[in-house]
Amino acid sequence: MLFRMTTAEALVAADRWPEYTYADLGRLMSSMTGDEKHSTAATSTLDVIWVLYDSVLDVSPETVDHPARDRFLLSKGHGPMAYYATLAAKGFFPVTWLADWASYDSPLGHHPDRTLVPGVEISSGSLGHGLPLAVGTALGLRAQGIDSRVVVLVGDAELDEGSNHEAIELAAALDLGALTVVAIDNRSSSYAVPGRIEERFATEGWHAVGVDGRDHAQLRLALSRPQPESATGKPSAVVAYVEEKA
Amino acid sequence: MSRDPRATFAATAAELVEDDLSVALVYAEISGQYFGEVEQRHPERVINVGIREQLLVNVGAGLALTGLRPVVHTFGSFLVERGFEQIKLGFNHQDVGGVLVGSGGSYDNTGGGRTHQVPGDVALMDSLPGWTIHTPGHADEVEEAMRLAVAGSGRDYVRVVAQQNREAFPVRPGRFHLVRRGQGATVVAVGPMLDPVLDAVGDLDVTVLYANTVRPFDTRSLRAVLGTPEVVLVEPYLAGTSSRCVDEALVDVPHRLLALGVGREELRRYGTPADHIVAHGLDAAGIRRSVSEFLAA
Repeated sequence: MLFRMTTAEALVAADRWPEYTYADLGRLMSSMTGDEKHSTAATSTLDVIWVLYDSVLDVSPETVDHPARDRFLLSKGHGPMAYYATLAAKGFFPVTWLADWASYDSPLGHHPDRTLVPGVEISSGSLGHGLPLAVGTALGLRAQGIDSRVVVLVGDAELDEGSNHEAIELAAALDLGALTVVAIDNRSSSYAVPGRIEERFATEGWHAVGVDGRDHAQLRLALSRPQPESATGKPSAVVAYVEEKA
Repeated sequence: MSRDPRATFAATAAELVEDDLSVALVYAEISGQYFGEVEQRHPERVINVGIREQLLVNVGAGLALTGLRPVVHTFGSFLVERGFEQIKLGFNHQDVGGVLVGSGGSYDNTGGGRTHQVPGDVALMDSLPGWTIHTPGHADEVEEAMRLAVAGSGRDYVRVVAQQNREAFPVRPGRFHLVRRGQGATVVAVGPMLDPVLDAVGDLDVTVLYANTVRPFDTRSLRAVLGTPEVVLVEPYLAGTSSRCVDEALVDVPHRLLALGVGREELRRYGTPADHIVAHGLDAAGIRRSVSEFLAA
């Protein structure tokens, strides 16, 4: 039964599959939504997540439980189709899981559950938890002398939640250079102020840049180590601008 | 003179950090006066997050995600009530373990008022599955509960309060201690309620069970010692918190239950802990009064 499939079994299955590319993601997402074309909201995270798993993060189905793997924490857990599609494309679990997602027997819900899905680092859904969890994760890795990266994806409206700001302040104070926040900005926050996200991170002592959230070369450059100030232990924020939410 | 429970918690936590590389201590300013030395020695594993309680809990959970055993501490009110969703999602939903230690309880800080009192902590924690809830009634039990909890891998909540019993009992999660055997009703005294209970029922033919770990609730012992089908719960937090456990334990036994504890209404009085204990009817005289009425009914 798919629901009970272990990581190892999923890997065996994965070995039989062709290698998927970015061009396949739309089809994989269509197998979930039944839609030919996806709304911009559904794909707002697509390019960031693909670039991370394709060319930035040091994590694979083989190292999914390795203590020194890089961690990607999807804090903005809603609209996880692009995340699931990428994980399936990279072989973390069978692509056949996508079709019946959110059914009673599927491990794939509308919000990801780390106990059900291989490769998922945190269970998310309620906003404002991923970044604080990422701070704890980065501290735990550092305490154990593990030089892995922790990348956490948040939405611009998610930053409304005050819990994030507790985390933003502490991460800079404790020099968590291993930590990167990617904020997908599709202007969905009420009472937004243009440019505020970058400015706030910078004010709190982070290295902060804004990039085109659809431009893979820009994303790769911004998300790759070393950041210009990583030597000083500054955590890094990348604001990825995408189309405005309809 | 026995040790101070909160200072005992802090000293034990510091020793555990010192002895075990997998133990991390996270706190939010509160109790910082105890942690200076160990924080200086182990800055990577002793982390003060400042006055940021939501972050406090999730940093603990994040540490646990990397395999460390986190001890997470502040006043119980800020830990459990302010950070409750973080406990629910950071620990239960992520399915990681940790040791949460809340101090202050229902009436340690009477001058501080409602903001610093947490009579609802056990009820809240009890709404989440799988937490071992320690209610030590003696500093020695605080130390033993801490060592036991940190050595494990599950989810533990340790409720550290100033009120203490004369005698310490071993900490055995899932087991209550049979302190007195009688023919009549059974009184379950939780944590620091044991001494006032013993003082209250000295001349009554009742059984007294003592719980320094209240979850899991020891239903087996309750059934085993039950004389007349009458149970009195005496809890140093919200009255009735463990009523459901008694009812579940005695689901097939027609029984009567008296649940004593901290009142639901805000007291809006300051004074001393002793004043509050009397106001909630949790001193020996108050317990005696309630138990006599209950048994006479």
